[in-house]
Amino acid sequence: MTAESTGSGSGSKGTIRVVQLYPRDMNIYGDWGNALVVRQRLKWHGYTPELLEYNVGDEFPEDVDILLGGGGQDSGQLVIQDDLQSRADLLTGLAEDGAPMLLICGLYQLFGKFFKTRSGPVIPGVGILDVETHGTDERLIGNVKVLTEEFGEVLGYENHSGQTTLGSGVRPLGTVAKGTGNNSSDGHEGARYRNIVASYLHGSLLPKNPAISDFLIRTAAERKYGAFIPGTPDDHYAVLAREHAARRPR
Amino acid sequence: MLYFSIPLGKLVRRVSRLRGGGSALPGLVVEKIDPGFMRRTLSTLPHGVAVVSGTNGKTTTTKMVVELLESQGLKVFTNRTGSNFTRGVAAALLGEVDWRGRLDADVAVLELDEAHAVHFVNSVPPRYSLLLNVLRDQLDRFGEIDKTAQLLQHVAAKTTGTVVLNREDPRVARIADTLTGQEVRYFGLDDSLLSTFPNDDDMRAAPGSPVPSALPAKPPADVVLRRVGPDTADFEYDGVTVTTGMRLRGVYNIFNAAAALSLARSICGGGAATADHATLLTALSQVEPAFGRGESLTVDGQPLDLVLVKNPSGFRLGLKSFPAGGYATMIAINDNYADGRDMSWLWDVDFDSLRNGGVDQLSGSRAYDMALRLQYDEVPVGAVQPDIAPALADFIHEAKGRPKRIFCTYTAMLAIRRELSKITTVEVVS
Repeated sequence: MTAESTGSGSGSKGTIRVVQLYPRDMNIYGDWGNALVVRQRLKWHGYTPELLEYNVGDEFPEDVDILLGGGGQDSGQLVIQDDLQSRADLLTGLAEDGAPMLLICGLYQLFGKFFKTRSGPVIPGVGILDVETHGTDERLIGNVKVLTEEFGEVLGYENHSGQTTLGSGVRPLGTVAKGTGNNSSDGHEGARYRNIVASYLHGSLLPKNPAISDFLIRTAAERKYGAFIPGTPDDHYAVLAREHAARRPR
Repeated sequence: MLYFSIPLGKLVRRVSRLRGGGSALPGLVVEKIDPGFMRRTLSTLPHGVAVVSGTNGKTTTTKMVVELLESQGLKVFTNRTGSNFTRGVAAALLGEVDWRGRLDADVAVLELDEAHAVHFVNSVPPRYSLLLNVLRDQLDRFGEIDKTAQLLQHVAAKTTGTVVLNREDPRVARIADTLTGQEVRYFGLDDSLLSTFPNDDDMRAAPGSPVPSALPAKPPADVVLRRVGPDTADFEYDGVTVTTGMRLRGVYNIFNAAAALSLARSICGGGAATADHATLLTALSQVEPAFGRGESLTVDGQPLDLVLVKNPSGFRLGLKSFPAGGYATMIAINDNYADGRDMSWLWDVDFDSLRNGGVDQLSGSRAYDMALRLQYDEVPVGAVQPDIAPALADFIHEAKGRPKRIFCTYTAMLAIRRELSKITTVEVVS
């Protein structure tokens, strides 16, 4: 486990500890961008970010405020599956306690009940999200636009062959306006449960969707300090990048 | 059928050239009417066919192999324009064969896109293959890098003679375990240079963090790149370290020179003659960068470098190989099909080295994504203009009197070259 602390701390509204889950094996498609964005926006909001990594075999960090999970190849999922199972109780406890989490693609699938791969084996999930995933021959790739109530239009890029269906214990993140999303039948993208945002969108997701970044930061601050006192990040480029992305073909 | 397919193909080629059309159409025509054309023609070559594939560096490496072999007196057929699809090869062949379909060459060295290489080797099993790397810039096409590795493995499996593999790319090196009949050779890097080649699996390692310990023992390599200097490099082969001048720049190009040396040595060793080391090294020292790959042009009496960036490793290496100090910098990012549509990888590049000098100009269809990326690395940004022509004009105007460098994706590079050719002489590849 490596820890990195940034910001002087003087005048800080407090420290927020951000843990990336399995960045060594689950980091494809710019998932690092999500970590960078949370770290930088915490600074812009006046908090002191502490960015930590948790990989297979590490000691799990204490006092986790935000959890970030990325995507991986099928082979990466096989590498982490036992370690993830051994952390199921701890992660369930954090989720039920309202810790904010962002789960992209591979870890979205594995936070669900199971991922039945196309070739047969079933990778068990930790069951925090009431979702199940089936591998398919169809690869869903391209720009995506999702309409959500909480975060407005969410923009990203999807690339997955697993298709996920939602149970009654979760609600979708939103409705797909462009692209495919969870599966090729119901028009839903992602899942929401307590303070978990799960999604197939890479992109990276957070840079162009600051509303989701700030949701994670706000809920973390409220959970830890009882209130969130926002700063004033400059989202000028984010707005322009969103306008351009929304116009790009799938 | 066979008797008129070649004249017809040549005719289509001539007509489509007159119309200024693409290079692949005549290849398509001949493929349709005479599917055996390519295999039949290439099977006559005394040294057979060598295929160069991998996600990055194919064009420059192929160019190096061709020039190395030519230095040994071999006549080489190649798909020089970078048309690395099967029908591009057929089209290039049409330009070279005589009216009876005979190809006057000793060996063919072909750059092939990974997916098309699979089709090609099914039809024409190569005697040699050189597999460079599996980087993640083409995920939007193949889904997973493991899938790309499988495509390369298929190329290796179809190779009848020697397979040359990158010892330092785990997905490529592992292909050796799946081969039975072929001779396997490796090209490799000195341990001291490994840290300058972050592979995609280590992408997330923090700067300065140690290389993972307990690596499996590496197989001995045919050619090892030992050291890279400003315009020289040390290669070790046959137990001897030699120093040679290099016109190519960028560590990745020079690493691929080790790959090219290994393949050229294999091909020469497989024939009657063996390679003459002195002429090989002289040829290597004279190789110029291929079309748009690390080219240096002159604009207003100042150097202007074009650095092609297609993936996080390449961008990282580009930033490391071409330090920012003293240079005005422009970055142009397009997300057309040939660039890859998924720009997520920009978030896997660390732009800290640009923080001091800032970036003067951003352009391309993803200019605002790039601006956002730099904002999060606290790199100051001058101007943002998605349209490349006015952006380039502003950049050149604002940076008058300073050396300039442009990092650009493939189609952005094409657009920049087109604009530059209006104000300076740009090498034209026909």
